[in-house]
Amino acid sequence: MGKNTFEPKIIGFLCRWCTYQGADLAGTSRMEYPPNLIPVRVMCSGRVDPSFILQAYAEGADAVVIFGCHPGDCHYQEGNYKAMSRYHLLKKMIEELGIEPQRLQLEWVSAAEGERYQKEVSRIISEIRELGPLGWNNGKVQSNG
Amino acid sequence: MINITLNGKKLSVEEGMTILQVAQQERIDIPTLCYHPLLEPYAACRMCVVEIKGDSKSELKTSCNTKVQKGMIIDTDSEMVISARRLNLELLMARAPAAKVIQEMAAEMGIEKTRFPIEDPDAKCILCGMCVRVCEDVVGAYVLTFEERGFERKVTTAFNMPSEKCIECGACAYFCPTEAITVEDFKGREVLHSELTLGPTTAIRIPFMQSTPNVPFIDKDSCIHFKTEQCKLCEKVCETEAINHDMEDTFEEIEVGTAILATGYELLDTSNMQQFGYGRYDNVITSLEFEHLCHASGPTGGKILLKDGREPKSVAILHCIGSRDENYKNYCSRVCCMYAMKMAHLVHEKLEAEVYEFYIDIRAFGKGYEEFYNRMQKEGTHFIRGKAAEVTTAALIPEEENRLIVRAEDTTVNMIRRIPVDLVILCPAIVPRKDSEEIAKLFGVVSSPDGFFKEQHPKLAPVSTDADGIFLAGACQSPKDIPDTVAQGAGAAGAVMSLGDEVAIEPIFSEIDDEICVGCKICIGVCPYDAISFLEDKKVSSIEETLCKGCGACVAACPSGAADQNCFTNSQIEAEVSGALILV
Repeated sequence: MGKNTFEPKIIGFLCRWCTYQGADLAGTSRMEYPPNLIPVRVMCSGRVDPSFILQAYAEGADAVVIFGCHPGDCHYQEGNYKAMSRYHLLKKMIEELGIEPQRLQLEWVSAAEGERYQKEVSRIISEIRELGPLGWNNGKVQSNG
Repeated sequence: MINITLNGKKLSVEEGMTILQVAQQERIDIPTLCYHPLLEPYAACRMCVVEIKGDSKSELKTSCNTKVQKGMIIDTDSEMVISARRLNLELLMARAPAAKVIQEMAAEMGIEKTRFPIEDPDAKCILCGMCVRVCEDVVGAYVLTFEERGFERKVTTAFNMPSEKCIECGACAYFCPTEAITVEDFKGREVLHSELTLGPTTAIRIPFMQSTPNVPFIDKDSCIHFKTEQCKLCEKVCETEAINHDMEDTFEEIEVGTAILATGYELLDTSNMQQFGYGRYDNVITSLEFEHLCHASGPTGGKILLKDGREPKSVAILHCIGSRDENYKNYCSRVCCMYAMKMAHLVHEKLEAEVYEFYIDIRAFGKGYEEFYNRMQKEGTHFIRGKAAEVTTAALIPEEENRLIVRAEDTTVNMIRRIPVDLVILCPAIVPRKDSEEIAKLFGVVSSPDGFFKEQHPKLAPVSTDADGIFLAGACQSPKDIPDTVAQGAGAAGAVMSLGDEVAIEPIFSEIDDEICVGCKICIGVCPYDAISFLEDKKVSSIEETLCKGCGACVAACPSGAADQNCFTNSQIEAEVSGALILV
């Protein structure tokens, strides 16, 4: 697996009220971007447990992105602030574990920002492609079935 | 029953009645000064004397404290009585020459002046002792008393010094028949009790004419009984015995299924805005105060008057005081432009006065509103496009002396203008009530950043909240006028009516496994809807399904894994992550 054939695997946690709808908008507007980021829908970015993120790395993700509503706009008042504090702490922790900090990102995307979703996801995918694989799942071969 | 003869008429009256009471019952007029139906008679002023005819001679007796006896023959207007009254009045005129009521009584009897020497031409006190009696027997404060005897006799306080015992009830001034006692207001200005219309009122009163229910209440802070344990004169006069001073607030528990919050609004407190002079200058008032003034049941009976009783010749109405203002409230309070125009119209109707409206924009958004605005323009209201910057009394030219000068930039002509007026009305921002945070917590609703209760969706769900079963109506949700409030109220009522017996909630609520929960209460602090409570008996936390909105914050925060969210369980999300990584 050479570097030029490496395709990153990225997990994104999308909040149902903002980013998920923004991603939907990108889709209905037929905006194109690489398929490397797989969205997992949650009701609020505040639902995201750090253990999900660590599990993602352990099972082969090269990067994880937390998406949420812009500060002040959270449908559940302050869920995105909770996500933000967890993100900052977790970022420090993964550095200690030897994971490059760019492999955990936080972005605010609102329901109207289809274009922004397309842009940010594309940017993150090319960044991680440059960075290379995380390689934490002990080289387990991925099955297609 | 006793048989007597009164002024030649044979009567059968109840035993124990005084002659005065019988006379009043028979509508026979006997003048009094020191008598009051609610106090024990004192017979000090001697005005009420009547002639009692005996077998051989007649006697003069004071009718206020003489009880009727069998066979009494009473004459209230005989020569003996009249001459006694006249002499009495001359004596009183010498004792209290400045008392208006005595002058009137004397004039009625044709007495022009007194033959007796006048010591103090300003004296009003007739030593009737009403004030002393009231303060002792009714109020129970024992502040006033008689001092000295004979010519030196006077009413005073202990050691002639201001008394600490005085509870400032004003009862002495109220009962004094000659207005010899006056009440001083907090500025040291002496006022007659009868002048107190705008401010102080009675401790037992109907709040305002249109109160519902239209019954009086007792203001515990001013009521004499709650200060001295006496008085209770109101109970004496209430025929239906409806007054009970011992009533306490009771708390009632009513079980309901839903609630509509319609708690209304407040006006921004403008006393801190130095530039407008509210609270400093006499004739700067808020719009609500102007409404009160204009109202037929208000303090002036609907007349628009300045503080000193004059009619204003010019009025300034200042829009946007605290609204659309980075320093106070960013939002527009919506209703002020229209009510400001209404106030201008009222001023034109009631007075010959000029009205100046200082505005930023005219928001005439509703049905018929723009047409009304045009009418006001035609009526001669001066609309000045420029928010008032300052209200000042510093006059620069003689025409501005003793007036309130409003300074504003008139942006249509690019000039700073100074407009001297007599009355300034402020349109303060509409703000949420001070207790709205408390109420929001109580009902599990949240507030928008501006402090008003948050509707579920700004366009599509204006009457419901995130808390199922709790609805909103009126200004507590956002500033709005009457048509919009009525519409929203109808909407809220309709939403409640269509609820039926059940409330539908989404299945995504979170739950706490009480076997795992250690009772750390972290989840309780994290929930934005106060949906989690601590069960004292089991020492675990528990989520109220109907309040939970399914955000999952508690699940992510729970250190022991006791909390999980239906439809978004930890295992489900973990399975999604695994599945996604296999697929790619």
